[in-house]
Amino acid sequence: MADQPVIELDGLEVRFGDRPILKRLKASLTGLAIGLLGPNGAGKSTLINTLLGFHKPSSGTARIFGQDIRTHARSLRSLLGYMPENDAFIAKMTGVHFVRMMAELSGLPSAQAIERAHEAFFYVGLGEVRYRALGTYSLGMKQSAKLAQAIVHGPKLLFLDEPTNGLDPPQRLRMIQLIQEIRARGEIHIMLSSHLLRDVEETCDQVLILKDGNVAAFCNLEEERKSNKRFLEMETRGASGSFVEAIERMGCEAAWSGNGRVKLVLPDAVEVRQLYQLAAEQNVQIRRLNHKRDSLEDIFLKAMEAPVGRL
Amino acid sequence: MAVYKKTYRPYEGVLTPGWSRFWVLARYAFADLRKSRFLTFFYIASFLYPLICALILYLRHNTAAIGVLKFDASKLITVGTTFFAHLLGWQSMLAFFLAAFVGPGLISPDLSHNALSLYLARPFSRAEYVLGKMSVLMFLMSLMTWVPGVLLFLLQGYLEGWQWASDNARIAWALFAAAWVWILVLTLLSLALSAWVKWRPVAGALLFGVFFVAAAFGAAINGIMRTKWGHIINLSYLVGTVWNSLFDLKPGDGAVFFGVPASEEISMVVCVSALCAILLFCLYLLTIKIRGAEVVR
Repeated sequence: MADQPVIELDGLEVRFGDRPILKRLKASLTGLAIGLLGPNGAGKSTLINTLLGFHKPSSGTARIFGQDIRTHARSLRSLLGYMPENDAFIAKMTGVHFVRMMAELSGLPSAQAIERAHEAFFYVGLGEVRYRALGTYSLGMKQSAKLAQAIVHGPKLLFLDEPTNGLDPPQRLRMIQLIQEIRARGEIHIMLSSHLLRDVEETCDQVLILKDGNVAAFCNLEEERKSNKRFLEMETRGASGSFVEAIERMGCEAAWSGNGRVKLVLPDAVEVRQLYQLAAEQNVQIRRLNHKRDSLEDIFLKAMEAPVGRL
Repeated sequence: MAVYKKTYRPYEGVLTPGWSRFWVLARYAFADLRKSRFLTFFYIASFLYPLICALILYLRHNTAAIGVLKFDASKLITVGTTFFAHLLGWQSMLAFFLAAFVGPGLISPDLSHNALSLYLARPFSRAEYVLGKMSVLMFLMSLMTWVPGVLLFLLQGYLEGWQWASDNARIAWALFAAAWVWILVLTLLSLALSAWVKWRPVAGALLFGVFFVAAAFGAAINGIMRTKWGHIINLSYLVGTVWNSLFDLKPGDGAVFFGVPASEEISMVVCVSALCAILLFCLYLLTIKIRGAEVVR
């Protein structure tokens, strides 16, 4: 399943009048959770809207699960779930009533729709407030209700447009946990659009970075994580050149960067605990040890600095 | 599966046929409308006139009742084209108030809360969305206009003899067709205004404006310019002209509220063309406004 493209962008171009918004995008996305990154105005929402059939491509096309969005828009939409960026609801309807209606519009018979609406509400943690009017929900509740309507009909691909927008830290954490849980079940592919690197890093395994309507970068976060797993940064007290030499004798590549900081790459044969043993032998305190972080930030910044087009 | 298990599972059951999904919107709209006591009362009260008409038809053919009441009902009211045209005129005016009350609330809440993207992200087209919303008004107004009209026609046919029904079959057809002209105009106009003006009370007020202010403006044009072409922006005049043709009525004898003054007639072709242009303009407005995502050029 991992090798079959979920979304293929085949020279996809979208214009609003004379203004090109998406410029002949080409990419093959296979991940279970795909992040869509880019600054404001990069074309993230336009790409999602085009894949949903809201905008017609000016040229080129895209395929979702092998089906062309130009020719199979309706049948494709039964496989998709969409959580929009902005508030989207009917204020006077109760939450469960609204989600039930959305399920029925997706084709579920009335009895199944009401059952699944309740399930979806409990799943996103809104079980207790499901009979309250949507207009009375807090921002976090509205985000969760939008997620409930997006998953109620059992989609195969879920578009999440800025799902943590405006959420406070605990609500954001809850939303991220929900997305991770959905991904972990492996039954739904996710495309998450965000300008928050942390959201994408915590939930996605592939990232497509857009800039000015172009694909600025495409990377497999899972592979990045695997490679970075062996890249360590260490903050020590009492260490000297002899400690670094001892590390190198273990087979590691190490670099002393002053102030007790050591960067090193662990070979597969060396375990982290051996570093602690070595430090204990040499009477060195390891105050902090991190796997290399911010890899996505590095990739994103490089993509933004690149003059035109792909890295 | 019980809700307390709090988990997610994909749906693998049967799906409803695609063509029937527009009715989901209508069902939810009806459920919402039922909550309004005023609307329920108004709707029930709107059947008073057809009930009185049914009573008159019954009395005209019930010799015992005529004997008790000591008058000849047949001399008071003639049951013919004018009787049914006036019935339709009265009921259609009530349908106008219904459209002004119900129509603005059909699309504007979806637009003001950005719900369209959620509808249209599903296997559900813009045309189905509009059809779903239209069907609410069309169903309610049908029950108010041509359905009681045709039922009264059948009652008269039953009481008078089926030969009468056969001789006057044109009336039944005219009731049906004329009502649908009015229903289409009202439905599309109120939905277009509801889509164009997101604020519900303003959309309702605009509908009154389109009918009454435009009619007054048209009359002013006629008065100042000494012409009859001002009627071209008077919707009740345009519809009245079509009705006169369908019922085969002379100008001046038209349905109540839909009269066409004698010597101020505009040709049927012009009136139909004007109505078609208005309907196409309404559809154009709906096409622009009913979108999953707004395009900022």
